[in-house]
Amino acid sequence: MRNILTVGLTTILSAGILWASSPTDRPERTHGYGLGRPATDQEIWAWNIDVAPTGEGLPAGQGTAKQGAAIFAARCATCHGPTGQEGPMDRLVGGAGTLASQHPVKTIGSYWPFATTLYDYVHRAMPFPAPQSLLPDEVYSVVAWLLYRNGIIAEDVVVDAHSLPGISMPNRQGFLPDPRPDIPKP
Amino acid sequence: MTKYLQEERPSGDDGRPDAEGESLLNRRGLLAGAAGLVGAMLMGSVTPSAEASTEGSPEDPTRVPGAAPTAYGQRSAFEKSARIPRSWWSSLTPLQDSHGILTPSALHFERHHNGVPTIQPTRHRLLIHGMVDQPWTFILDDLKRFPSVSRLAFIECSGNSGSEWRGPAGQTAQQTHGLTSTSEWTGVALKTVLQEVGVNPDASWMLAEGSDAAAMTRSLPLAPILEEAMLCYAQNGEPLRPEQGYPLRLLIPGWEGNTCIKWLRRLKLGRAPFMTREETSQYTDLMPDGTARQFTMVMDAKSVITSPSGGQHIQPGFVEIRGLAWSGRGRITLVEVSTDGGRSWQQATLQEPILPKCHTRFHFPWQWNGEDVILQSRCLDDTGYRQPDRATLVAVRGINSVYHYNAIQSWHIAADGKVSNVHA
Ligand code: HEC
Repeated sequence: MRNILTVGLTTILSAGILWASSPTDRPERTHGYGLGRPATDQEIWAWNIDVAPTGEGLPAGQGTAKQGAAIFAARCATCHGPTGQEGPMDRLVGGAGTLASQHPVKTIGSYWPFATTLYDYVHRAMPFPAPQSLLPDEVYSVVAWLLYRNGIIAEDVVVDAHSLPGISMPNRQGFLPDPRPDIPKP
Repeated sequence: MTKYLQEERPSGDDGRPDAEGESLLNRRGLLAGAAGLVGAMLMGSVTPSAEASTEGSPEDPTRVPGAAPTAYGQRSAFEKSARIPRSWWSSLTPLQDSHGILTPSALHFERHHNGVPTIQPTRHRLLIHGMVDQPWTFILDDLKRFPSVSRLAFIECSGNSGSEWRGPAGQTAQQTHGLTSTSEWTGVALKTVLQEVGVNPDASWMLAEGSDAAAMTRSLPLAPILEEAMLCYAQNGEPLRPEQGYPLRLLIPGWEGNTCIKWLRRLKLGRAPFMTREETSQYTDLMPDGTARQFTMVMDAKSVITSPSGGQHIQPGFVEIRGLAWSGRGRITLVEVSTDGGRSWQQATLQEPILPKCHTRFHFPWQWNGEDVILQSRCLDDTGYRQPDRATLVAVRGINSVYHYNAIQSWHIAADGKVSNVHA
C-alpha cells in the first residue's frame, strides 16, 4: 500500500542549490487510511493568507504612501518610531550600505529581498497587538509608505496586487544558498 | 505598550517557583479535606505556610507518614532549577542542572513570535492545500489515528549561543547554550499524511503555518525533510506543552528550531519558496561581505560542558566533567575534552543511548588541583564534521551572522574554583 520514496537528498544538498524543483518521487495519493475530509472553500479562503514573490495571494485593494502616513502614525509609530527608525521595536527604515560594515542595520530598505513579503508580514503579524486587523487598502497604504520612506518608490505610486510584485528591492541579489560545510578541516 | 516592550525582563520575575510551591500547598489542603484520616495526619505534621512543603519537612521522615498520591505530580519543593524567561520572546533551558539527555517538558526552552496561544484541541484543524490532489482537512483525532512514530530529538534555536559572536556574553551554560532541549516526540510521519492527501509531482516546497498571533510561517524544501519530518502531538509521553505547540507541531529532526512550526494549522504545497519574513529578514546569516546565506536549515555539530560551567564553583579533588553534544546531521561519534585551553585533548566517554540528531551525554573524570585552567569540549559527528574553534568559525563567518554559532565553548576555572565564560 505504501510507496517507497527515493529522495535524492545527497545530490540535492551537494549541488548547493536552493532545493529547487528536483526529480524526486512524490507521495502519491492513497487515501489508505480513510482519514480526514475534503477541505471546504471557506476553510481555505479563511487561512490562505500567504503572498508569494509572484504576487500570488495578493488581494484586491490599493494604497499610496500619502494614505499610509496616517495609518502608520496611528497604528505603528508607537513601536517603530514616527519615521520607522526610532524604535523601540524593529527598525523599518534606513540602513542602506551598512550590511558589510561593523554594525549592519537590517531594514526593509537595506535587507529585505522582496516587496511582496512586506504585504504578507504586515497583514499576518502587525500591528503586533492586533494582527490581521488591517483591511487590504490599509496594508497596501502602509506598505507603500514604508517603501517610500526607504527611497524605493515615489510618494504617489499606487501599490496594489499588480504593482507590488514588480517593485524591485535594493538587496534583491543579496542572498545566497547555504554553502556549508564551510569550515576548513583542521 | 505592555510587557513585550520591555526587551530584557529580569529573570525569574514571573515568580514561577513560588507559584509551584503554592499549588502544592493547595493540593495538600484539598487532600486533607477529602481524604479523612490520612488528611488529618498530614495536617497535623505540616504547618500551613506560604512556602509549602520544604518548611514542613520532618527531622526524621521515617517517623511521620508521607504525603498522599497526587493526580499530576510535582517535582520536589527543594528543587528550584528553572528556565530564564529572557524577554517576551524566549526562555532558556537550565543546561547546567541537567542530567542525562532528556529535558523535562517544563524546562524545554521557549521561543515564540507573539506569545503562546491557547488552543482548544477539539477545534484545532490542519489544512493541507496548494499543489495537492484535493485540499484536505484533518482534525486532531484524525492525526492521532494514523500509525504513530516516536523518536528522541533535540530542537535547537538557530539563535542559540548567538550572544557569543561578539565576545563572551552569557555567564552560565543556560545563557550561552540554553536554546536547545531534547524530548521524545510522538506523532505521525509527515510522509504518511501527505500520502493520504496526494501531492502533485511538481511540488517541491511546503509552507508551514502556525496558529499563533504571528501566524508563524516557514517554507520548507520537501525532498530533504520527507523521510524524517513528523507532525507531533505528544512530548515526553503526554500531549505537547502549550509553549511547544499544543496541540500540534512540526518536527524536522536536526533543523533549526523555527522550522518546526508550532501550533501547526496549515501546510501549503508549492513550486518555490514563499519567501516569508522569517526566511528573508530573519533567520538568514549575514556574512562579512554583506551577502546573506538563506535556508541554512541544519544545525551543525556542537558541544558544551554543562558542569562545571559558568557561575558554578568547584572544589579541588575529583570532578566529573559532564556535558552534552549533538549534531543536526547525524550521530555524535567522538567528544574530546581539554583541560588546558585546547593544547591537548582527551577522549570523553559517551553515555548510551547515542542517537542521531539528539543530545548525547558525555563524561570525563578529572582531578582538579586548584590551578587556573580553561576547560573545553569539542565533538565530531558521523559525517566527519568537527566542531570548530572560535577563531576558525569567525574567520569564515565574521561576527554579524547572528545565527548558527557552534564554536567550542571555553570555561575558565580560577584558583578559587569560580567558573566563568571566556573566549580562549
Ligand atoms: C505594540 C508594538 C508594535 C506595533 C504597534 C507594531 N509593531 Fe511591527 N513589530 C513589533 C515587534 C515586536 C516586531 C518584531 C516581531 C518579531 O520579531 O517576531 C515587529 C516587526 C515588524 C516588522 C518586521 C521588521 C523586520 O525587519 O523584520 C514590520 C515590517 C513591522 N513590524 C511593521 C509594522 C507595521 C506596518 C505596523 C502598523 C500597522 C506595526 N508594525 C505595528 C511591534 C509592533
